[in-house]
Amino acid sequence: MPLIQFTNKGIYCKQGDFYIDPWRPVDKAVITHGHADHAKWGNKSYLCHTLTKPILEERYGLYDNVETLTYNQQIDINGVKLSMFPAGHVIGSAQIRLEYKGEIVVVSGDYKTEYDGISTAFEPVKCHTFVSESTFGLPIYKWQPQQFIFENIDSWIADNHTKNKTSVLVAYSLGKAQRLIQNLKSDYPIFVHRTIAALNEAFKRAGVELPSTTQINPEIKKDELQKGIVIVPPALADSKWIKSLTNPAVGICSGWMAVRAGRRWRSADAGFALSDHADWPGLLNAIKATEAEKVMVTHGSTAIFSRYLNEIGIEAEEVKTQYGDEEAEEKIEASAEEKTTEKQI
Amino acid sequence: MKRFAQLIQELELSNKTNDKIEALVTYFNEADERDKPYVIAMFTGKRPKRPITTTLIKQWAIELSGIPEWLFTESYHSVGDLSETIALVLPAAEHNIDKPLHRWITELAALQGKTDEEKKDYILNSWNSLATQERFIFNKLISGNFRIGVSNKMLVNAIAKQSEQDANKIMHSIMGKWQPQEITYQDLTAGAHVNTDNSWPYPFCLAYAIDTEPENLGATTDWQAEWKWDGIRGQIVKRNGELFIWSRGEELVTDQFPELHFLKEELPDGIVLDGEILAVKDGKVLSFSTLQQRLNRKTINKSQLDNAPIGFYTYDILEYEGKDIRTTVLAKRREILEKIINKLSTKSIVVLSPVIQFKNWQELAEIRERAREINSEGIMLKHMNSIFHAGRKRGDWWKWKINPYTVDTVMIYAQKGSGRRANFYTDYTFAVRDGEKLITIAKAYSGLTDKEIKEVNSFVNKNAMEKFGPVRTVKPELVFEIAFEGIAESKRHKAGLALRFPRIARWRKDKKADEINTLDDLRQLLDAASL
Repeated sequence: MPLIQFTNKGIYCKQGDFYIDPWRPVDKAVITHGHADHAKWGNKSYLCHTLTKPILEERYGLYDNVETLTYNQQIDINGVKLSMFPAGHVIGSAQIRLEYKGEIVVVSGDYKTEYDGISTAFEPVKCHTFVSESTFGLPIYKWQPQQFIFENIDSWIADNHTKNKTSVLVAYSLGKAQRLIQNLKSDYPIFVHRTIAALNEAFKRAGVELPSTTQINPEIKKDELQKGIVIVPPALADSKWIKSLTNPAVGICSGWMAVRAGRRWRSADAGFALSDHADWPGLLNAIKATEAEKVMVTHGSTAIFSRYLNEIGIEAEEVKTQYGDEEAEEKIEASAEEKTTEKQI
Repeated sequence: MKRFAQLIQELELSNKTNDKIEALVTYFNEADERDKPYVIAMFTGKRPKRPITTTLIKQWAIELSGIPEWLFTESYHSVGDLSETIALVLPAAEHNIDKPLHRWITELAALQGKTDEEKKDYILNSWNSLATQERFIFNKLISGNFRIGVSNKMLVNAIAKQSEQDANKIMHSIMGKWQPQEITYQDLTAGAHVNTDNSWPYPFCLAYAIDTEPENLGATTDWQAEWKWDGIRGQIVKRNGELFIWSRGEELVTDQFPELHFLKEELPDGIVLDGEILAVKDGKVLSFSTLQQRLNRKTINKSQLDNAPIGFYTYDILEYEGKDIRTTVLAKRREILEKIINKLSTKSIVVLSPVIQFKNWQELAEIRERAREINSEGIMLKHMNSIFHAGRKRGDWWKWKINPYTVDTVMIYAQKGSGRRANFYTDYTFAVRDGEKLITIAKAYSGLTDKEIKEVNSFVNKNAMEKFGPVRTVKPELVFEIAFEGIAESKRHKAGLALRFPRIARWRKDKKADEINTLDDLRQLLDAASL
């Protein structure tokens, strides 16, 4: 019997009787990382990385039924050895390694291979079966080194300042926002939306060091914001609040910005192809490093990527999952946004 | 070329006309003098001969990137633009060359007549010396097809602002005959070349759709009513013994319409007529689909001339006795026009578009209802004192179109869009019911809001059944009301009929797939239309 099965509730390990990133409520859920399409509310018990716990606390109010592991720590569940390895995707993101009677499976969740300065760097794990995402599984996606992208963002911000524009960066509240806060070189004060501030606080309580930021509130004057940097989640990108700022210039930080159509679609003033997912070479290198005999390709360009893997001699199969639903993450941020609008930030 | 790449990025990222004009003005202030005429040529669609075929360029890109051809094709479907796909899949450049734009263009032009090996050498070297964005521009220069949402009007306004000159004058200049390698930006904007050029047309005066009840327009006697024709807007220019026919797309189409060449002999010099090119047989205007057989053809054969003879329905005169009379009021221009047309000895090919007589707005509304019977789209209302404006202007001219036909259909195929919408399923195919079967009736890609497109996109992702290349068959569930302007028999379509100008009127979330129209409903409409 295979060590993992793809069921209508999620990725199931029968031998250990637990699910990895289930999309329907189950008794025991092992969570790769905190994004809403992987970590759902409503499971009886959770097992995740130590740094994913603060996210579950902050977002779902889960305190009691969450067990944690650190990277490389191994536990035994009904004879299945389970351990976590850094996935480099966001803070706390983990690849789940399962070993049972000599067979090794790694479920990687979402990952990126470049070190982002804040999430523990991706570590390839040797295995027989590797479950890989394929969000950017097309050869058109090849990221620039992050240092180069941040230079561009910093000079865009500097340029906005000379033109009396308010720099607004659009980034997911979990992951991309912390990555920006950590890596922006400019000395301007950073103002963040409350969804981001709340996560930052949760991370700080868990011992993650982050540069200081200010939560946006109605007392902050528009010209103060104009002199700083504003970071908001995608749900706010087209909001009235942004339009009310002094000459807002909106820059979206997302891998989709690598393609012109992606940039124009979002009608932003700037697009920065900064992604928390592996690019085409990243995916291929990561997969080769696992030396896996079989690759299961989940969310993204599943059909294309698995066909290509097969053609270059790596056995691959596409599997249907419910991951990669960017709307799920935006919904969490949007519900926070409704509250924000009530308070009229 | 870096400065030009920056301009393109600015133009693409903004959706506000003022920002785009500002970007263009700044560009024309800062750019290399010799680059500017080339940029104007590119933006107005004056393209040089393609030095290398698409097939070769694609083949070299695939070879260099080391990916299989099918993967290149998939990438192209996702990007929606060939030049950009190539720029993205190629390995990173190893060098960096910065040459001014005009040098790149001249070098590419010089590839004409070289061997494929020499061409390949040049292209591969260039690719290896350019960053992604500049590579994309370079590929666009090869194809010469540079459409990035800058209309002629917008470009003209920017140049006018930058050179502090009248926009109409600039429009004349850039629409005339000139070559970017032979003219300076200074001479081009000053119009040094157009005086000796007989061909130049005037900018068309365009009408807005009427946004009020006609009763609110005031006295009926202040207005001239004409049929709104469903053909190709055209300008006929006769100067110094030469005849030119321009289409609204600012293209010279003289050779496409030999029926009109008699005007070279019969029309006096110094005349410019405005009107509609239509398919006309025995004094009756035929449908647009008939006219279409005559469009965009390099050569016209006898049977095309017999099946779809054309005529010119003229409704305005812009130049008379060599003088620009666009500021003369319409009532007076019409008098002159009638005099000229009545003097033609060849009758029935170039005719006056009739003025509709009506006593009150109610009567005109009733006349309008009969527009379809004569293959007209409705009525044009022009103020008797109106001048011939350059471009679109609110208030003097209105189009009062008849309401479109509509049909309820279900979506059965979806395909990803191109350009701005390349990541989303935006091109849909719709079907009506034919007994137990669904039969394709129209393809449409406009009419939904971005939010609705996102919703449909997520439906397609969840309900895709089969895959044919970029096309997905989807569960027939979403009902859309399709609006269209006409219906005609068609042997090419499985349904046996074709809709003219179909577009999504609205998404009928209130309807289920079993409530859509049937093919019989459409056949009845067709029978009624051809009476």
